Amino acid sequence: MATITDAVESKPKRQVIERAVVRFCGDSGDGMQISGSQFTNTVALYGNDLATFPDYPAEIRAPAGTLPGVSGFQVQFSSSDVYTPGDAVDVLVAMNPAALKMNIKDLKKNGILIVNSDSFADNDLRKAHQATNPLEDHSLDAYRVFPVQLERLTQAALEELGLDAKTMNRCKNFFALGMCYWLYNRPMDHTYRWLDDKFKSKPLLAEANKRAMKAGYSYCEATEAFQVSYEIPPAKLAPGLYRNLSGNQALAMGFVVAARQAGLQLFLGSYPITPASDILHELSGYKNFGVLTFQAEDEIAAITSAIGAAYSGALAMTTTSGPGMALKTEAMGLAVAVELPIVVCDIQRGGPSTGLPTKTEQADLLQAMYGRNSEAPIPILAASTPGDCFWVALEASRIALKYMVPVIVLSDGYLANGAEPWRIPQLSEIPQIPVHFVTDPQGFLPYKRDPQTLARPWAIPGTPGLEHRIGGLEKQDVTGNVNYEPLNHEKMVRLRAAKVEAIGQDVPDVVPSGDPEGDLLIVGWGSTYGSITAAVKTQRAAGRRIGHVHLRYLNPLPRNLGQVMERYAKVLVPEMNMGQLSMILRAKYLVDAEGYNKIQGQPFKQAELEAKIEEVLSYGAVGTGKNGR
Amino acid sequence: MSATVPVLTKKDFQTDQEVRWCPGCGDYAILSAVQAVFPELGIPREKFVVVSGIGCSSRFPYYMNTFGFHTIHGRAPAVATGIKVAHPELEVWVATGDGDSLSIGGNHTIHMLRRNVGIKVLMFNNRIYGLTKGQYSPTSELGKKTKSTPFGSAARPFNPLALAIGAETTFVARSIDVMQQHLKETLKKAAAHKGAAYIEILQNCNIFNDGAWQYLTEKDARSEHIVQLEHGKPLIFGKNRDKGIRLNGLDLEVVQLGNGVSEHDLLIHDEQYRNPAYAFLLAKMEEMPGFPTPVGVFRSWNDIPRYEDLMANQIKDVVTKRGAGDIDKLLRSGDTWEVR
Ligand SMILES: Cc1ncc(C[n+]2csc(CCOP(=O)(O)OP(=O)(O)O)c2C)c(N)n1
Ligand code: SF4
Ligand SMILES: [Mg+2]
Repeated sequence: MATITDAVESKPKRQVIERAVVRFCGDSGDGMQISGSQFTNTVALYGNDLATFPDYPAEIRAPAGTLPGVSGFQVQFSSSDVYTPGDAVDVLVAMNPAALKMNIKDLKKNGILIVNSDSFADNDLRKAHQATNPLEDHSLDAYRVFPVQLERLTQAALEELGLDAKTMNRCKNFFALGMCYWLYNRPMDHTYRWLDDKFKSKPLLAEANKRAMKAGYSYCEATEAFQVSYEIPPAKLAPGLYRNLSGNQALAMGFVVAARQAGLQLFLGSYPITPASDILHELSGYKNFGVLTFQAEDEIAAITSAIGAAYSGALAMTTTSGPGMALKTEAMGLAVAVELPIVVCDIQRGGPSTGLPTKTEQADLLQAMYGRNSEAPIPILAASTPGDCFWVALEASRIALKYMVPVIVLSDGYLANGAEPWRIPQLSEIPQIPVHFVTDPQGFLPYKRDPQTLARPWAIPGTPGLEHRIGGLEKQDVTGNVNYEPLNHEKMVRLRAAKVEAIGQDVPDVVPSGDPEGDLLIVGWGSTYGSITAAVKTQRAAGRRIGHVHLRYLNPLPRNLGQVMERYAKVLVPEMNMGQLSMILRAKYLVDAEGYNKIQGQPFKQAELEAKIEEVLSYGAVGTGKNGR
Repeated sequence: MSATVPVLTKKDFQTDQEVRWCPGCGDYAILSAVQAVFPELGIPREKFVVVSGIGCSSRFPYYMNTFGFHTIHGRAPAVATGIKVAHPELEVWVATGDGDSLSIGGNHTIHMLRRNVGIKVLMFNNRIYGLTKGQYSPTSELGKKTKSTPFGSAARPFNPLALAIGAETTFVARSIDVMQQHLKETLKKAAAHKGAAYIEILQNCNIFNDGAWQYLTEKDARSEHIVQLEHGKPLIFGKNRDKGIRLNGLDLEVVQLGNGVSEHDLLIHDEQYRNPAYAFLLAKMEEMPGFPTPVGVFRSWNDIPRYEDLMANQIKDVVTKRGAGDIDKLLRSGDTWEVR
């Protein structure tokens, strides 16, 4: 696979390569997320496959120029499939010494480094705890370094506009963006349009940023700083209409569509928390779809208001992250007891406690499975890519409404903020979600169940003759009357479990990608999908017999999972936690599943997974089937 | 609407569930008053939803033949908000206790009230945790000896109505379990109010805090210790209706009528008065030695928009401005590109 690091020696002005990884990094105030997302949208519009990884600090503005204030945005784009934002970077744009220090380890040998040389004064170096100037001390000799006076050049380009120095300085990220556009032969018109729209009321600022970007582009052309520019042809994606989509946008849209397909009003009760708040923001903008968004006084009110809305007939949901999930536990138990449909989205982040608010982790799985008092099983679905969040939102809503249960959706910070090209479905591809409100008082009993789904009837207030009482006290099956009898309690506990198990009838059997049987099965869930897929692909190309199962349904698990695992000699479970899914698999199937665990607030790198695969396959008997029994 | 409403009676609001409060509990009287008032409101039975938290008082919905939801401790105002926002046409009442509403549910209570969600809260104040068998509550007096405070409580109590007034509640009232007629009248006034209503009902827990309100409710003491608030009428009390409340600077004083002091000198009750200091003064009276405790409607502001209406109107406005949401357009919003 050709990348620019392989392509140094050739001299044509423009060279076609397959893929590239670009990272913008700088101070949180430097506009790196904007440069990154503009670059991403431009390559997406051109038709490349891509994956992004915005990585930003928890502090909104840590002191400028310091290490904790560094913010980054990475994108991998390609003419073939992209599964991850890339392990290592081909082009690194670093706006100051702190950003350079934090990010240089990820630049490939011989990779391109564009640095803002205007920010390497003694004071800047001190803030980054740099004893010597890396632009002078030969520590960057392994890279192709392009020191550019981003600030002075930007100011020169904006001279005539009569802006103050601070405002001009804010445009330097667009100068850097212009350089990257030149480097990858990309048109700037998409970003022009975006600027016009963004600064509708401040055309001068739109003009300033445009000029800075153009100046960056011309700078490359005029100085011939780079000997080569690169071209990455469009990817062969499945035909269709595409857009770029982040996980949080996808979830929000998924629920709007689910409500429409179910013919219900969507109600969101939520309390702001990173990295889930964007779902609240998105849905608050969808008022013309009749979406009711209630920013509650806390997470408990967020979920209990959703329970109230569900009780009165809405498609009700709540969105949060780990700490908020903890606050919602008692109410989730109530939803289990009163058997009402709500969807609880947990956009996981590093913990415990406040932990790493802006970093990703998958460590809420056991909380989702068991984090409630007594026996309170809840179905759990996990999204695997940003675009998949859309489909998971629909499926979670469908299950909640069909089985009259709360459903937990697990996403994480990496999916929430990461984006990928998403094929826009036709409305006809999206299934209707049938919903039935009982209206006939004849024979109505609040806990009389559908024999197939075990769902109780949905009898909403306002329906004449259906007046009835529900609540968190144990109840008698069928009548729903309060009941404390020992045998009734056991019956109800088993019924609630059976109801979740019954969802298994809707869970498709897993079909491993890669080898249908062999030496190793990798079982993953959630946002590790991309890294595992990329690692398995490379490892199989090297002749290893590996299968990959990525679980969307974590509770109940697919009914054939046990049999599938038996077809491989070994089972490896990579997770961004201490081994939560592997614990479940070991307990449920007595399978010798091995965990591969990374808890650094960062997604797996493909290379890390490959090294682990090689390690696992290098020891012990390798054969077909019956892992380690 | 009223044309199609069948004539309902108290019986229509009773359930077949065996009521499980202790014999003699004040909750019976409150249940009876509510069951008597609901059929008089001209609202179809299926429109009523009674929501509660946890506590003796929160068993209330089981005994009301309406839609009912016995939720979790303290959260009834939030559950009720979800119901009311999703279905503003429903008649949503919350039954709660002093612990449920003011301890664990304090946060939900004040936020539901300040949003002015059209929910009526009946707060059964027995100044004790009944269901958990007698610990002190946020309304128990300083020094109160209970199971959890054998040497007396060191916590200063909440004044529930002062709290509700501070939260800008648009309807604030007080009544007493044993004053059936007054209670029913107060409930009717609350029902007529569009926005949020907070009604403190002084309730006797004869098991764990018997006689908590005895100084008010004893037959001979009633008229001496209670002043009934009536809109547009002076604050007069006493067995011989010979005492009144007068404003003196920023303070209230009790005055004897006669000797040059006439009704015209007294405070004339105005439940719509906008200066919050007024309702606050009334709420504080119960704490002031020598003053009677007011019952009745402290405040009734009828022109404050309801939260659920503002929410619904916002949706209507956006739909008018942008047109009803088109899913196909939504999916295709933003920058798109075609792959062939
Ligand atoms: C989360 C939770 N914490 C504690 C309890 C125990 N509990 C039940 S009712 C109650 C206090 C009820 O007091 P109050 O609201 O005054 O109601 P009353 O019984 O006096 O009517 C407590 C502490 C509970 N059910 N749930
Ligand atoms: S404990 Fe008190 S409040 Fe509870 S039912 Fe008995 S008397 Fe009523
Ligand atoms: Mg109490």
